[in-house]
Amino acid sequence: MDLTLRVWRQKDGQSTGTLETYQISGIIPDMSFLEMLDVTNERLIEEGKDPIAFDHDCREGICGACSLVINGRAHGGFSGTTTCQLHMRKFNDGDTITVEPWRATAFPVLKDLVVDRTSFDRIIQAGGFISANTGGAPDGNAVPIPKPDADAAMDAAACIGCGACAASCPNGSAMLFVAAKVSHLAHLPQGMPERGQRVLSMVAKMDEEGFGNCTNHAECEAMCPKDISISHIAKMNREFIRATVRGE
Amino acid sequence: MDTNGSLNGNVPAGPLAEKWDNHRFNMKLVNPANRRRYKIIVVGSGLAGGGAAATLGELGYNVDCFCYQDSPRRAHSIAAQGGINAAKNYQNDGDSTYRLFYDTIKGGDFRSRESNVYRLAQVSANIIDQCVAMGVPFAREYGGQLANRSFGGAQVSRTFYARGQTGQQLLLGVYAALSRQVAAGTVKMHSRTEMLEIVLVDGQAKGVITRNLVTGEIEKHAADVVIMATGGYGPVFYLSTNAMGNNVTASIRAYMKGAYFANPCYTQIHPTCIPVSGDHQSKLTLMSESLRNDGRIWVPTKEGDPRGPAEIPEDERDYYLERMYPSFGNLAPRDIASRAAKRACDEGRGVGDTGLGVYLDFTDAIKRLSLPVVQQRYGNLFDMYEKITGENAYEVPMRIYPAIHYTMGGLWVDYNLMSNIPGLFVLGESNFSDHGANRLGASALMQGLADGYFVAPYTVGNYLASQTPGDYSADSSEFTQAADDVKDRIKRVLSIDGKRTVTSFHRELGLICWDYCGMARTDQSLTKALDLIPALKEEFWENVSVPGGGDELNPELEKALRVADFLEFAELMCYDALVRKESCGGHFREEYQTQEGEALRDDEHFSHVSAWEAPRNGGRPVLHKENLEFEEVEFSVRSYK
Repeated sequence: MDLTLRVWRQKDGQSTGTLETYQISGIIPDMSFLEMLDVTNERLIEEGKDPIAFDHDCREGICGACSLVINGRAHGGFSGTTTCQLHMRKFNDGDTITVEPWRATAFPVLKDLVVDRTSFDRIIQAGGFISANTGGAPDGNAVPIPKPDADAAMDAAACIGCGACAASCPNGSAMLFVAAKVSHLAHLPQGMPERGQRVLSMVAKMDEEGFGNCTNHAECEAMCPKDISISHIAKMNREFIRATVRGE
Repeated sequence: MDTNGSLNGNVPAGPLAEKWDNHRFNMKLVNPANRRRYKIIVVGSGLAGGGAAATLGELGYNVDCFCYQDSPRRAHSIAAQGGINAAKNYQNDGDSTYRLFYDTIKGGDFRSRESNVYRLAQVSANIIDQCVAMGVPFAREYGGQLANRSFGGAQVSRTFYARGQTGQQLLLGVYAALSRQVAAGTVKMHSRTEMLEIVLVDGQAKGVITRNLVTGEIEKHAADVVIMATGGYGPVFYLSTNAMGNNVTASIRAYMKGAYFANPCYTQIHPTCIPVSGDHQSKLTLMSESLRNDGRIWVPTKEGDPRGPAEIPEDERDYYLERMYPSFGNLAPRDIASRAAKRACDEGRGVGDTGLGVYLDFTDAIKRLSLPVVQQRYGNLFDMYEKITGENAYEVPMRIYPAIHYTMGGLWVDYNLMSNIPGLFVLGESNFSDHGANRLGASALMQGLADGYFVAPYTVGNYLASQTPGDYSADSSEFTQAADDVKDRIKRVLSIDGKRTVTSFHRELGLICWDYCGMARTDQSLTKALDLIPALKEEFWENVSVPGGGDELNPELEKALRVADFLEFAELMCYDALVRKESCGGHFREEYQTQEGEALRDDEHFSHVSAWEAPRNGGRPVLHKENLEFEEVEFSVRSYK
């Protein structure tokens, strides 16, 4: 396959960036999108040019490191697929492919396609946990958890924290990410003691970090590589109202 | 090569089952009010490192935790799919602490330290309880009880799981606990920061030198104790199931400063990975071993059979694992299943375009269980397979082939998980202690959390109790020297300005290791590897091309420093494999096999840990042996027939 790549290049957080065009030939349909970028980088290095920086690690769709807005859609917009799991057989010979970093106020660009997502870490630090010190936990079967609750918690917990939701949202909202964690813990009996405080703290932190609000576009759900449902946002809103009314 | 001097594992006296309890009582404690005066460095934020950092933070110590990823939530523990073992006996199928201990010792081919393994089995049950308390959504039965599945190398169901994402859920539990401590101010997290050197002061580990991967700044961090939980060295083979950033740098840097590296030749090849499709390939994807619960592995009986799988009748299929190992069948341990696949392919019976693959077939499982049940159990794995190969495995059998997955070797540690360098603790995959020559499925997550949650918090405290807090300074000459060494190394690699990319060296190194020190090794192949690796290393330092500078975000520089260390390490691994003239677990020497092609151990000469000391003035590394003494179990031939 021969492709034209238009790639966002930006030296660092202070510089302004631009879309550069590269012609790349000999791409094999079995390559993953990141392997296509590897090949491009190998050639750029051989030509004495600066390779394209991008985040990646596990390359099996679970670590959440890879990002990339491909042709305007986060992770390329293929259902249930991260960029590292996207294969070139989804493209056609002669295609022009535009590759940009995540775009959200709370994800500043560090270089090229690499952005700073530590705002997500800070939201989790605000309350995305159950306060149970190591040691002294009761037997794992002491509190039975109905299977539907365990399954619902797992559906939410599948979030990989990649940031596609915020990058796809016209408001740059992180509601799906925050809701996934709130909903995961709110479905479990172990999450009950901190239920109210958790949602209030996490939402406050989300706002403070500069993420926007939800206006029900549902782009986040459409682009989420783990198919996290926006029903979790409804759950979070209920949790938020409940905690507010109860004055927690 | 020095074969004298038996290493002492500092195993406590007393009956096996009481060692840990007695030791916990005998260890010194640090008064809660004094803990904040001690500073602890933790390198790595996976199950072992993140678990230790969080737990030590909860205890009140001052912790600095480092990871190269942009967030601790991305450590590679996250990729473990199948599950975590624990001797809970919830299934009432005869499991016990002793059985998990015995299975692990036997699975490791009698090459692990008995006392460490027993402790691992003991704390396994606490791990599940702890994870449940922290909100890990393990799979449940309709009655609300925890569900279990069985795994390779065991005849009981003791594996707990969260769909096919157990590692992710356990790591997110660790990450949550760690985040809570960051908010509490006990843990300071340094992400996108890579450890490039360890600093010793008067022979004790007192800190690390790191590089900020965004700004390139070289930083000096001093502490009372250093904990490394930096994972395995699988990517020395270039293609592996590990993450792209996983590396041996922290371990090899410690080795160069005098830490012993134990059993580097014990590498695990996982039998169920998606086969290689071409030269561009950057990594191999594992299909969880849990698939072997219901999938049947086979190849055609005829060599070079050109027919598609559906056209091959039942009597022309060889379900070789079921045939050779009737009692374990498709659930034979990883090393045995991998070698059997290699043998089938070597005989010309492999499938797929490359001939390097075997079928993993779910036709019978779908008939027996129905499609929805198979979808519910393995749906995400089938989806993943389809994404990578473009094939629907509900209709066509999967093709799988072995790939490098886990490394049992690692830095030598004693019973307290402290290396031979006082003040340097090593946890999780980066130490050597619990899995012997082969790790059983669902035991890596168990070991990571055991070390991080339940062992290190006690043993590190015991060490700190003997130290004066704050007895270090990042301004001392040792730190300045170490930081200068790192800066020189970076300057040197950037100044070569050669013709070959870093990846091309890494790929070539990987191929050497896979071809000559992979699934089957010989005296000849290893000797060849030991010729090729130094030559490649020499070429690397003359001809590598690393664009960009040191004071910016520069992924090529990061890779170059890691590959330079892999080149150092590869030689050690091959040398260990050459010297260990026996076959055991993941280390298979063709010269040492039974008539049926099974691994042939030599307990008389090799029932020891090979702990290697870096050569002082060139030449070969120096061997220190720790004799493995088994008080409870008796050596037996590891049979799964």
